[in-house]
Amino acid sequence: MSLTARMVIGLTALLLVGGAALSVAALIYGRTAARDAFDRLLVGAAASIAASVSVEDGTPVVDLPVSAFELLALAPDDRVAYRVTGPGGGLLTGYADLPAGPAPERAGTVFYDAPFGTEPARYVRTSRLFAERSFSGRVEITVGQTRRARTELAWDITRRALIVLGILGGAVLIMAVVVIRTALSPLDQLARTLSARDPQDLDRLDTRVPREVAAMVEAMNGFMARLDRQLASMRTLISDSAHQLRTPVAALRAQADLAAGATDDRQRAQLVGRIHARTIGLGRLLDQMLARARVAHRADAVRRARIDLRDIALDVVESGDHTLVAPGAELRLEIGEDPVAVRGDALSLREAVSNLVANALIHGVPPVRIGTDLAKGARIWVEDQGPGIPPALRDRLGDRFLGATGSRGASSGLGLAIASEMARSFGGRLWVEDRPDAFRIGLAFPQDPA
Amino acid sequence: MRRLAALAVLPVLFGAAAPAQEVSRSFGPADAPRRLTLRTTTDMDILAPTVVRFLATRPDLALDYEQWGSNDLFALTAAECRAGTPAADLVISSGVHQMVRLVNDGCAAPWRSDATAALSPALSWRDELFGVSSEPAVMVYNRDLVPPEEVPLSRFDLLDLLRPADTAYAGRIATYDIERSGLGYLFAFVDSQEASTFGALMEGFARTGAVATCCSSEIIAGVSDGTYLIAYNVLGSYAQSAAADDPSLGIVEPADYTVVLSRAALLPGPVAGPEAGALLDYLLSPDGIRSLARNHLTDAGQTGEETTGGRRVPIGLGPSLLVAMDQAKSRRFIARWRQTFSGAGAPDTSR
Repeated sequence: MSLTARMVIGLTALLLVGGAALSVAALIYGRTAARDAFDRLLVGAAASIAASVSVEDGTPVVDLPVSAFELLALAPDDRVAYRVTGPGGGLLTGYADLPAGPAPERAGTVFYDAPFGTEPARYVRTSRLFAERSFSGRVEITVGQTRRARTELAWDITRRALIVLGILGGAVLIMAVVVIRTALSPLDQLARTLSARDPQDLDRLDTRVPREVAAMVEAMNGFMARLDRQLASMRTLISDSAHQLRTPVAALRAQADLAAGATDDRQRAQLVGRIHARTIGLGRLLDQMLARARVAHRADAVRRARIDLRDIALDVVESGDHTLVAPGAELRLEIGEDPVAVRGDALSLREAVSNLVANALIHGVPPVRIGTDLAKGARIWVEDQGPGIPPALRDRLGDRFLGATGSRGASSGLGLAIASEMARSFGGRLWVEDRPDAFRIGLAFPQDPA
Repeated sequence: MRRLAALAVLPVLFGAAAPAQEVSRSFGPADAPRRLTLRTTTDMDILAPTVVRFLATRPDLALDYEQWGSNDLFALTAAECRAGTPAADLVISSGVHQMVRLVNDGCAAPWRSDATAALSPALSWRDELFGVSSEPAVMVYNRDLVPPEEVPLSRFDLLDLLRPADTAYAGRIATYDIERSGLGYLFAFVDSQEASTFGALMEGFARTGAVATCCSSEIIAGVSDGTYLIAYNVLGSYAQSAAADDPSLGIVEPADYTVVLSRAALLPGPVAGPEAGALLDYLLSPDGIRSLARNHLTDAGQTGEETTGGRRVPIGLGPSLLVAMDQAKSRRFIARWRQTFSGAGAPDTSR
């Protein structure tokens, strides 16, 4: 269901509930207003009749004023009940059998509802006190009127109020639809932009949108950036693989051709041995390329955890992987007592450090040491006693195929590239350091505060 | 006929203990499946033609026409209402204030139709009381006996005629007896509300020994035969009917103001009979109004040839007329009426 429909339905329900409440209020108001208006007529008529009472020859006499009835005739279709009684309830004039109503108070005006004949009616009773020499006492005036005009006025008021309410409600609803559509227009705009985009286009979206939508756009931008990086690394992997595999595969074929054409058993065995060695190198190359792809993937995909670099160093030493690269080589561990905490992915870190160790074992001079420190951020390093990477190559640390130019043959040069890329993806860097009689290479990360 | 001053013991307004209808007659086929009873104060001669026209459209209907005095009709209808046994289907009375009282007492059934909806608000009340005619209260004079220059065109002219001590009009002016005629009371009441002229007129009537008597036809006959020179507050419808037969009758609508009466019709009982409603609708229909007009029950605004087109004061149907029915009010009004005449000179008892 569209947002507009949801909001319109919600608003309609709100308006209906509010409208029902207001209708009841309007009905009550209408009844009250009508009652008050016509009660005034009753009081006016009663007062006018009271004023027409005079004392003649010791008895109260009523000279019923036409004006009182003209006042009551403002409710044109209502019957009129009236009565004037003297002291002791003696009827002076009017209807003898009107309902009495509530107990009379000393003085003042009382309203009450009672039937007149078979019709419901509204009555007012008021009194006038006489203190003449010839007559002293109270004359009571009761005036009543049926309720047609009251009911009609009450309904009229209610009807008008309801009409206004209905018009207002409709207007509010229409305006609400307009407002909602206007407010949601950035979303429509976004949808149009996205659907009009080239599938390859993973550039950031314009974030000049309302705040509520900006969060969503930001998330989308982040998602697209990850997608972009992964796509890029995939492309890199594919082109690297093609590039790197071409030479060894060509060499393998050449040697296989030679082996096929060899007549001499000794020569053939030698060739097979070379093919075997080449295959091992190719296998390692494949491992490294896969590892690099994994690192590139994990950098974006895996949640970063708090990791102690000392554990990484320990893992690398204990795994014994280095014995596969250089059987019998010695690997020493140098770690302090304080944790060296960073935010990152343990698997990627281990992979990167393993590559550094393998490089040191293959290219460096033993003994090889692995250690951590907190000198410039959180650092993990590998040290050997050789001269290290030639200075000419140090500026290109992290470039692919570094090893291919100056290697001793078996390395692809991918190890440093993997380490360097991994370090960057976790906010760190690859660094090298010449020490007296030693070469140190390592990764430095911002320290993760405890 | 009696002299005003001789009136003494008649019960007020609600009248005689044993009301009796004046005239009664049936119209329509004797074996009609449905019968209507119409009770009215209207003289049968002038209303019957319209009723007959209505019955011509309804062969299934017969109608019993009962003519009553207004006080008797009111007393009977009120008594039947209290007893819950309404015997009439339609009541039409010129005692409009009495009819208002009956409606106010809940004695009438509502009737709604296109015809009643078209009535002006002053001529219908609660959809229970309807004005079915339009008749001015006029002055009638005898053309042979009243010199043209003395014909009163307004109440002021009439007062002037009565002013000289040796006026020729002494004892020869007639009007309704307000105690015996509901219509006479109503006209007098409306006069008293309308202008102070009424008090002066009463005094003049009393001083000159004017005659109060019952019933329009008697008064008009008196003017016609010269017993009275002038009759005051006579229903225009009767006057015109009589003037059509007797050219010596002159009619004047008072120029100061003219009271216009609409006879009030109600359908007694809690539920209105459809036949009675149909008769009412016919009386309000264009054809009914034309028929009423032919019998002078509605006027188009010009009744007498001497009319000067005075202000017309319609008697509207509504609760204000309850004041006319108020016991204390009518007691005072009639007491003042009597008091005025009791102080007058010795009445001429020869008539």
